[in-house]
Formats: sequence, C-alpha cells, structure tokens
Amino acid sequence: MFDMTRTIIANFFSKAHTRLYPLQTREPFPNVRGNLFNNIEECILCGMCQKRCPSQCITVDKESQTWQVDPYACVYCGVCVEHCPVHCLFMESPYRKPAAEKVMNRLVQVQGPAKKTKGAAQ
Amino acid sequence: MSTIIPFGPQHPVLPEPLHLKITLKDEIVTDAIPMLGYVHRGLETLVSIKDLDQMVQVVERVCGICSCIHAHTYCMCVEGILGIEIPKRAEFLRIIWSELHRMHSHLLWLGLLADAFGMESLFMHCWRIRERVMDVMEATAGNRVIISINKVGGVRRDLSPDQLRWIAQVLDELERELDAIKPVLTNDYTVKKRTVGVGVLTKEQAYELGAVGPTLRGSGVAQDVRMTGYGAYKFIDFEPVVEKDGDSYARTMVRFRELYQAIDIVRQLIRKLPDGELSVKVKAAKPEGEIVCRSEQPRGELLYYVKGNGSKFLERVRIRTPTFANVPPLLAMLPGIEMADVPVVALSIDPCISCTER
Repeated sequence: MFDMTRTIIANFFSKAHTRLYPLQTREPFPNVRGNLFNNIEECILCGMCQKRCPSQCITVDKESQTWQVDPYACVYCGVCVEHCPVHCLFMESPYRKPAAEKVMNRLVQVQGPAKKTKGAAQ
Repeated sequence: MSTIIPFGPQHPVLPEPLHLKITLKDEIVTDAIPMLGYVHRGLETLVSIKDLDQMVQVVERVCGICSCIHAHTYCMCVEGILGIEIPKRAEFLRIIWSELHRMHSHLLWLGLLADAFGMESLFMHCWRIRERVMDVMEATAGNRVIISINKVGGVRRDLSPDQLRWIAQVLDELERELDAIKPVLTNDYTVKKRTVGVGVLTKEQAYELGAVGPTLRGSGVAQDVRMTGYGAYKFIDFEPVVEKDGDSYARTMVRFRELYQAIDIVRQLIRKLPDGELSVKVKAAKPEGEIVCRSEQPRGELLYYVKGNGSKFLERVRIRTPTFANVPPLLAMLPGIEMADVPVVALSIDPCISCTER
C-alpha cells in the first residue's frame, strides 16, 4: 500500500527535476541538429540542398544569388548538410525559438566564393 | 434496452482519434465497432514523388514513437532488393537506437496507462524516467524523437567510446529508477484493481485474431520477430517476454519486463560492438523487384512490402503496422467489461492510430 513512500520521501530531499522554462534553459548537447545556417559567401548555389531536402524547405536562386530556408517547414534531418559539396551548410545546437510571426531565413550572396583557376594551386 | 455510445475520436485517454462505437447494456459493453480513417495522410503514395533516399525521412514520420524502427525496416527492404550488405557496426548501431526507442515508447505508454486509471504521480515518474532515454537520443543522434540516423546503406552517425560509456552509465541509472517504480506496478492496489482480470484475451483468441507484440505475448504466445535474428539480433542472447494471464495487467507486465530486456540488449550490443565502417556507398540505385521485411516494434510486428520498377522512384510501399493487427483482438476484449474500464483496455493494446492509418 505504501509502495511509493520511499520515492516520495526521496523527492522531498532531492533537487527538482523540472526547470523554470523559459527563465532557465538547459545547455544544448553538442552536435544537436538545431537551426540551419548557410555560410553564404562560400556557397556555390549548386542547389544540391534544395534537391535532397525531403520537405522542400530550401529554395536556391542562382540568378538573384539567394538562398532561402523556411525554418518552419524544415524537419531538422540534416540531409542537406551531408550532401553539401562545399560544406558551407551547418546546423547550430540551439533550437529555433518560438515566434509570433513566421520569418524566412533569406540570404543574399554579395561576392561569392573565389573562383578557382587552373594555375591557382601553384 | 441497449445504448450506443461513441468512444472518441476525442476522448480523455488518448490524444489520437481512436473511435469505437460501443453498445451498452446498462453499464456492460456488449459490442464495439471501430471507426478508422481520421488521420489518413497518404504517406505510402509519396513514393511516386519522393526518391529512394527521401522516403527514409517520409517513413520515419509514419509513427513518431517508433520512427527509427520504421526507417530501419524500410532500409532493410531497399538494401535487400539492391543486394547490399551493410557494415556490421552499422547493424549494431541501428539496433542500439531501436532498443532505445523501445524503452522510451514503453515508458511513455506506462505513463499514459497510469494516467488513464487516474494515478497521476506514476504517470509523472514514468515520463521523468523517459527523459533520460530522450537525452541519450538527443546527445547521440541529434534529435529527440525522430532521430533520422538510418540511411540506405548504413547509418549516418557514430557512437564514440565516451558516448558508449555514458550510455552504459545512463542505463544503470535507468535500471535503478525502474526498480523504484517496480513495487508500485507489481503490488499496488490501485493498479491491480483496474487491470487484473480486465480485458482478458485467451491464448487461442490471440492466436486466431492475429494479435502481435506485447498483446500476443501477454496471452502466453512466445512470438517475437526479433527472434528471427534480423539486423544484429542474431548476435544477441535473449528470450521473448511472456505472461500467461492475457489481461491488461499481463500486457502491462510484458511491457515493463521488456524495458529490462531492452536495457540488457543494449548492454550486450555495447559490449560486442565491432569496429568498422558506418555505411557503404549506394550510388544511383535503381531497385527492381519486390521484397517483404518484418521487424519488431514496441507495439508488435511491423511489415513492409516494397516493390521497385528499375527507376529511382519505388513503385509501391505497403506498410502494415502492429496496431492494425491489434484492433480485432481489442474488439474481442471489450464485450463483458464495464464502460469505465474501456479506456484502460483500449490503452492496453498501446494503440497508435496515426501509424495504422498512415
């Protein structure tokens, strides 16, 4: 009948298992698939991420040199990061914060990556 | 005079739209008719627009709770058609994450059951313990529930020796915490009063109606797809957990003992984890042929039928989920019980309606 008594007494003297979110937040684990970012100046706008994305949340436009992700459609699977040929895509640990308005993450390339010429290696 | 009461689609025990038309005579259930189809999403049809690799992320979303096992079974099917043999380390890692999924699914269900018969404190304790498993998944795979670590040809993430040591440590703590709630589940008057002798499914009924998973094993049939030795299960020693009584309490105990079994399996896997590659390269795969693969989900046997037609899109993916097989046994359990016991009995098969309707 008093099977939970030990647990109840232990709970009185132990630390709380919950925290006062959002005042107190937990440190994210490293390598967690959080927000998706693009180091746009290194991006070659090849569109591989757009092609591989299972939720069609990435739009790459070569003409206007823009790369856009819809963080509300992203499923945080990390497939785009793995398929990026120049490794300019990365996912940061903190999760997307709740927001009252949906804002797209749109990046415009200004200069772009330095073009490799044949003799560059020498 | 008989009364017909709609149980669902919105009701207090399940967030999912399980709808039963229940015929009552006074307080006693005489008949139940299931009504399904509220959350049909047509995921199987997506094969025509999502290619082979993208379908991994689609099938993971058939069911949130056992996403890893869905992706694992799908990958097994595609690898089977293509004739790919994945590295041994990848097989072990897949099963480690699958068993972690089984743990968090069973703990979630135990909490929901406690909530259904009104034992709020046990519900909170189960979900607190579950958070440990969720933390392991978040730290190792990157996400909490839909962990997306399977891909055709292997796995996408590795476990470092430090992480393996940490997982073993967490499993020890988990076992201690399960020991603490064990007397409540096994002895407590509140739990026994609501579950013992309620919703009895005999061994013959379970077998004839095609029950699967803990529902079948709770009725005394030792059938577990993991015993067929798919993936890395062939390297692991374990016996299916069986209870003989066939009531809601037996099904609860099967799931509770499976938690210990899952801890033991993960320990064995960590001990025997071989070194090697994580995946093999699968380039421009165009599978042709058909295949059927089975695996054991927390809720029971999962069956995938995959047909390829020589293009990068599959022709057909057919999924039979365990809850679909467990609905007829549920209908056999209901007649003769009181209306107040229907939520607990319905929950005792661990229904996942979004799985069933896909």
